Amino acid sequence: MALSTAPRAQRVRRQLPFSPWLFAAPGLLVTGVFILYPFVSTLVNSLTDRRTLIPGKFVGLANFRELLHDDMFWIGLRNSTLYVLGVVPALVVLPLLLALLVQKNIPGITFFRSAFYTPVVASIVVVGLIWVWLLDERGLINSLLESVGVGRVGFLSDQWLLLLSAMAVTVWKGLGYYMIIYLAALANVPRELHEAAAVDGAGAVRRFLTVTVPAVRSTMVLVGALSSVAAFKVFSEVYLMAGPSGGPAGEDTTLVMLVQRTGTGLTGRVGYASAISVVVFVVTVALMLLVLRADRRDET
Amino acid sequence: MSVLEKARPRTEQPAAREPRVTDEHGRRVRVWELVLRYTLLLAVLALTVGPFLWQLSTSLKGPTEDIFSSPPKFLPGHPTLHNYARVADTIPVWDYALNSLKVAAANVVTNCVGSALAGYALARLRYRGRRVATLVFILAMLVPVEGIIIAQFTTMRELGLNNTLVGVVLPGCIGAMNVLLMRNAFLNLPYEIEEAAYVDGANVWQRFLRIALPSVRGTVAVVAIFAFMGAWDDFLWPLIVLSDPSRFTLTIGLNYLHGTFANDERLVAAGTVIAVAPLIALFACLQRYFFRGVGEGAVKG
Repeated sequence: MALSTAPRAQRVRRQLPFSPWLFAAPGLLVTGVFILYPFVSTLVNSLTDRRTLIPGKFVGLANFRELLHDDMFWIGLRNSTLYVLGVVPALVVLPLLLALLVQKNIPGITFFRSAFYTPVVASIVVVGLIWVWLLDERGLINSLLESVGVGRVGFLSDQWLLLLSAMAVTVWKGLGYYMIIYLAALANVPRELHEAAAVDGAGAVRRFLTVTVPAVRSTMVLVGALSSVAAFKVFSEVYLMAGPSGGPAGEDTTLVMLVQRTGTGLTGRVGYASAISVVVFVVTVALMLLVLRADRRDET
Repeated sequence: MSVLEKARPRTEQPAAREPRVTDEHGRRVRVWELVLRYTLLLAVLALTVGPFLWQLSTSLKGPTEDIFSSPPKFLPGHPTLHNYARVADTIPVWDYALNSLKVAAANVVTNCVGSALAGYALARLRYRGRRVATLVFILAMLVPVEGIIIAQFTTMRELGLNNTLVGVVLPGCIGAMNVLLMRNAFLNLPYEIEEAAYVDGANVWQRFLRIALPSVRGTVAVVAIFAFMGAWDDFLWPLIVLSDPSRFTLTIGLNYLHGTFANDERLVAAGTVIAVAPLIALFACLQRYFFRGVGEGAVKG
């Protein structure tokens, strides 16, 4: 492809020498100024004591040394890590089961598929506020729990229940998205495999484990990678449900919440917030590599 | 599982008399399986759509109606739009909606135009540095936005665009993933048609506008929809870049409403319904493209 187009492309270049760069220029400009430059400047700022209104000077690794003794940083790292551990297994498995449920073309199934996707379309702010009201001390879920005699639960006042509730909301919002990804993968599973397994006397559960799961394994890895990166960077759900200060004594703060709280406003510590951002980068890349490596090891 | 296996022979006979329900391969679906499937489907439906309906119901309940009752009352006794009028008195919710609409519309236009142009350059025009340009977009796609948000904010301050709607739009106005989506769409077009046009004397702009672009309308629609949804739903970036309450977008306005009038559940409910209704309507009309976008985005992401 590349070889065969070369002579044609040369003609194009001779004809209109300026237009290729003209075509690509807006995209390259925006990407350079608002993505790549901020990325580099985050790395540079993390080595300075820059503040919002003060340029700052080079301080070496002082910000990172400070991180080691910052309790709030460890709380953030703990919560973001817990978030990955709690959310990812649910988002790898549940949407697959949901996809199996909506895969068969029975009457009305397109309605169900669309309805299950609705939480994906809604803004995270809307979703967060809906669940804040549902999980309220006097909200619907507590009313139901009380009427069946369980009693009211402080979903939004206890540090751990809050984090768990936020995870549930993330899973609830993500189900439909990953369901669609799995549906595409399931469409490529040869039906003959299922039939052969059924002839051999394999039940539904066995067929799921021996036919479906191996066939969609690479999609499961993809979902695992996407959802773990997203989960580690969680901000909105926890911010809305626990409040800007991160719940009781800030114990529900996540890393990105800490970045936002530290680095913004007129007194924002840009340098220190950048150091936390660098940690977010490193862990995000590590998570991706970890998931992809797990994939490769399974294959051999 | 064994229970279900045993149930099979019993139900097969009556099923033969009922209207046959078949799957995509023309095979009959057994009745017990249908009952099980619909039961599960309805349960998941209640779980996914129920919370939205509860919010709608709360927003329609009048000031005298008890919204905290146990057991809960699912339907409003005397539905009223009173709360929607009140939310507009409390915060300038229609101005916020207009701000959101402006941001979303601008995001759609810039993303469609910018990524179509750049994608075409990457796919069709051979020039020095094309590989480098492609790599730039791939790298940009891998950068986690949450990690550079503070630097984006300082960049905006340097440009004097913090606390403006332009500042809200700019960082995502030509998404790297959209550029790569468009590039792949253009790469999948047969080159021969454009070559024929070239022989007929059409220049690059004519080939792009008249031949290539109309052939990738589907991908442009996907980019447009995700640009709209992304801008309308975005929270973290507008929260950081906007500080003046008169310039808020809907999501930030809702957060403000929730923070300031947290005790008034009916008011917050009305606000969230205003924010979510347009997107649900859009989704209902253009589902096909929403689903297509998930597939294409996931493969590239």
